[in-house]
Amino acid sequence: MFGFVLRRLAVAIPTLLLLIVFSFVLMSLAPGGPFTGERALPPAVLANLEAQYGLNEPLWRQIWNYVWNIVVHFDFGPSFVYPDRSVNELIAAGFPVTLTYGALSFVAAVVLGVSLGVVAAIWHNSWLDYLAVGISIGAQVLPNFVMAPLLVLVFTLWYRLLPGGGWSFNDPSFWIMPVIALSTSYMASIARITRSSMLEVLGSNHIRTARAKGMPEHRVILRHALKPAMLPVISYLGPVFVSMITGSVVIDIYFSTGGIGKAFVDSALNRDYAVMMGVTILIGALTILFNLLVDVLYAWIDPKIRY
Amino acid sequence: MKRFVLTTALAATLAMPAFAVQPAEGETLAENQTYTYWLLDAIKSLDPAKNTDVEGSDALRSLFEGLMTEDAEGNMVPGVAEDYEVSEDGLTYTFTLREANWSDGSPVTADDFVFAWQRVVTPATASEYAWYMELMNVANATQIIAGEMEPAELGVRALDDRTLEVTLTAPTPYFLNTLSHATTYPVPRAVVEEHGDNWTRPGTLVGNGAFTLASHNLGVEIVFQKNPEYWDADNVVMETVRGVTVNDNNVALTRYQAGELDRVQIPAGQFPRLSEQFPDQAVSVPYGCSYAYVFNLSDKGPEALKDQRVREAMALSLNREVMVDQILQGGQRAAYTWTHWAINGFAEPEGGMADMPYEARVERARELLEEAGYGPQNPVRLTLQYNTDENHRLLAIAAQQFWRPLGIEITLNNVEWAVHTDRLQNQDFEIARYAWCADYNEASTFLDWFRTDGYNSGKWSNAEFDELLAEARTADDTTPLYRRAEEILAAEVPATWVYHYAKVDMINPAIRGLPRENLLNTWYAKDLYRVAE
Repeated sequence: MFGFVLRRLAVAIPTLLLLIVFSFVLMSLAPGGPFTGERALPPAVLANLEAQYGLNEPLWRQIWNYVWNIVVHFDFGPSFVYPDRSVNELIAAGFPVTLTYGALSFVAAVVLGVSLGVVAAIWHNSWLDYLAVGISIGAQVLPNFVMAPLLVLVFTLWYRLLPGGGWSFNDPSFWIMPVIALSTSYMASIARITRSSMLEVLGSNHIRTARAKGMPEHRVILRHALKPAMLPVISYLGPVFVSMITGSVVIDIYFSTGGIGKAFVDSALNRDYAVMMGVTILIGALTILFNLLVDVLYAWIDPKIRY
Repeated sequence: MKRFVLTTALAATLAMPAFAVQPAEGETLAENQTYTYWLLDAIKSLDPAKNTDVEGSDALRSLFEGLMTEDAEGNMVPGVAEDYEVSEDGLTYTFTLREANWSDGSPVTADDFVFAWQRVVTPATASEYAWYMELMNVANATQIIAGEMEPAELGVRALDDRTLEVTLTAPTPYFLNTLSHATTYPVPRAVVEEHGDNWTRPGTLVGNGAFTLASHNLGVEIVFQKNPEYWDADNVVMETVRGVTVNDNNVALTRYQAGELDRVQIPAGQFPRLSEQFPDQAVSVPYGCSYAYVFNLSDKGPEALKDQRVREAMALSLNREVMVDQILQGGQRAAYTWTHWAINGFAEPEGGMADMPYEARVERARELLEEAGYGPQNPVRLTLQYNTDENHRLLAIAAQQFWRPLGIEITLNNVEWAVHTDRLQNQDFEIARYAWCADYNEASTFLDWFRTDGYNSGKWSNAEFDELLAEARTADDTTPLYRRAEEILAAEVPATWVYHYAKVDMINPAIRGLPRENLLNTWYAKDLYRVAE
C-alpha cells in the first residue's frame, strides 16, 4: 500500500507538468490577451506591458520561467488584471472562502444524502421511500442558479433574516445560503446513488445470511450493508469534493463571496493568464490528491481490492 | 469643454474655491452618515497609475485629489492647485499648490506630482494608461514611454514644494480638463518606494483625498472612512462610504430593496415598472456613451458593404425607436449621430433621416438597395458580431428582423468579449456591435474615433473629416465644425448609430448630493450626505 501511494505521487508530478504545458499552450492560442480592451493600446504602451509581464518572450521560455518560479520560489506570478496583487495573494484570499462553504456543503450533502438514500432503501416502496425520492428529485431539478436568487429573495428581502451576499469568516449568517444552494443538487445525487447501491446490497447473499443468523436488523444495516453500499458513493465523492471546495462560479456570482470559483472563470474571460494557471494547478493538484485518497479508502473498505 | 483663449489669458486665476455640497435649507442630516453603493465587480487596482476602469476611478476620487476636481455638474474646480498661470505660447503651466496634507499628516508637495507623473510613463510601471500623459501633451511623454528618454526628462518639475511647472509639446486647450483624471493624481513617494506593489493595501495606502481606505475585501466589499487630514474636511459630511460587490444585477436590485444598498443599476427592461412603483427612487439620466453597428470597410471587409447605398439602406431601415422603447426601456434615446446628444456644445445636424417618418425611410432604403442590385430576390448576406450580453443579443435580433424584409440576410455571431475586441482590432468582422463612452464632455471624444488614425475598427477614412477635427483642436467655436463632421458621417455611413445611453438607477432618496446633471457620471463621496428619513 505504501509503495502504491509513493508510485501514485511520483506520477502526479509529470501529470501536473503536462497540465501546465497543455493549459499554457491552449491559453496562448485563445484570441486576444490580457491587455486587449475597448481601446487598442498604443504599440509602445503595449510593448512595455508585455515586457513587464514577460509576454514578449518565446512561449517555451515563458513556460520554463513560470515553472521555475513555482518550483524555486513558490511564486505563481503577478496577476495581469489585478496589477496590485500577486496570484499567490489572490488564491490565498479566495480559496479559504470556497474551502469553507465548499467543505460545509460537502458535509451537509453527504450526511443528508446518505441518510435519505438509506432510509429510502430500507423502507423500499413505502411512503418514506417516495418522500425521499421526491425530495431528491426536487433538489436535483432546482439548479443552483435558480435557487440562489430565490434564497436571496426569501431570506433577505421577505424575511430579512440573512445578509443577501458578501462574506465574513466571523459571521456564519453569510455561509448559510451558499451552503444550501451548493449542497442541494449534490445531496440529491448522493441520495440516489446511495439508495440504488443500498438496495442492491440488501438483496445480496451475505445480508441474507446475516439475517438468517438472527442478527438484529440495525447491525445488519450498519455493519454489513452500509459499508459495501458506500463504494459507488465514495468514487463519486472524490471529484465532487474537489469541485465543491474549489468553488462554484454560480455561488460566487449570486452571493458575491469573493471565492475562487468566479476568479477562475473571470481569469479565462479576461485572459488573466497567471491567475488562470494558478487556479488550474490548484484544482489539478487537489484532484490528483483526492483521487488517490479515494483509492486508498477503497482498499480499506473493500478487502478484495489490492494494489 | 471650456476653451481658454490663450493669447489673452496670460494669467488666469481660478476664482471659486472648491466647497463640498452642503445640506439645503430644511434638510435634517441623518445621524448615521453612511453611503453604500453597488459594484458589479471587484475593484482591480487602487493605484492611480494602474487603474483602468470606472469602478476603480470612483474609488480613487475618494482616496486622492488631483490638481483639479469637479463640481456636481462636472465643471472643473480647483483641487490641490490653488491657482495657475499659463505662458504666452500656451506651453508652460505653473501651478501653485494649496497647503494640503497626506492622510499620514505629511504635506502634499509638488514633488509628489512629479513622482506620480514620472511613474505613469516609466516603462517598468507597466501602466495601461501611460498614453494619457501623451493625450495631455506633457513634454517627452511619448519618448519616455518608448524607452528613448529617461523618466526624469518628463515635462513636469517642482520649482519648490508648492510650485509645479508643466511643459507641453503643443498648446492644449483641454489641458486643464485632463487634470481631474485618476492617472494624474499625486502619490506619496515615500510610501510607494517603501511598499512597492503592496502600497495600495488598507493600513498602508496613504492618500490626499477626502477619504481613507478602511478595509478592502477584494470582490466583496471596500470601505472608506472620512479623512480628517483632508484640507476641506470641515465641509465633508459623509463619514463612511461602502462599495459592495454584487456580481448579478438582479440580486443587487433585491438587496437594494432589502435596504442593503443605497444605489443600484436597474436591469434592462425594468425601469418602467420600477419608476411607476418607486417614482422617488428610479432615476434615468443621460450617460455619455453611444452604441453603434460598425461596418468593416477595410480590405478584409465584405464587398457589399463597400457600396455606400447598402450602408445607407441599413442605417435608414434600422428602427431604433422600437429598440429603445420596446427593448431597453430605460430612457435611452434613438441615435442619429455618433456624438451623444447631451454632450456640451454639440448641436445635431438637421434634415437627416431623424426627421423622416419610418415608412419613408424604409421606402428610400428599398430604392437604394435596388439601385445597388439587391433585394429580397437577391439578398445581401452579412454577419453581425456582438459580444456575449443579453441586451446585445436582443438588439441584434431586432436589427436582423428590420433588415430581412429588404433583402439583407443577417447571420448573428455571438463571441466572448476578448475575441470580439481582438477581431475588431484586426478587422476580422463584417458588422460589429460597438459602444464608446466619453472620456471628457466634448464631441471630439466621440468623433476622434473615426479619424483615419483613430481607433476606427472599420477603417473608414475621409480627409475632410480629419481636417475638421484637426481644426477643432484650436478653434474658438467648435460647434459648427463638429456638426459638419457628423454630417459627413451621416452621408458616408461608416457605421449605423443605434442609441445613446442613459444611466438608469435606483437611488435611496435619503442620499443627497449625487450628481444628476453630469454626463460622465463622475461622483465624489465628499459631496454626499444622508438626510434623516
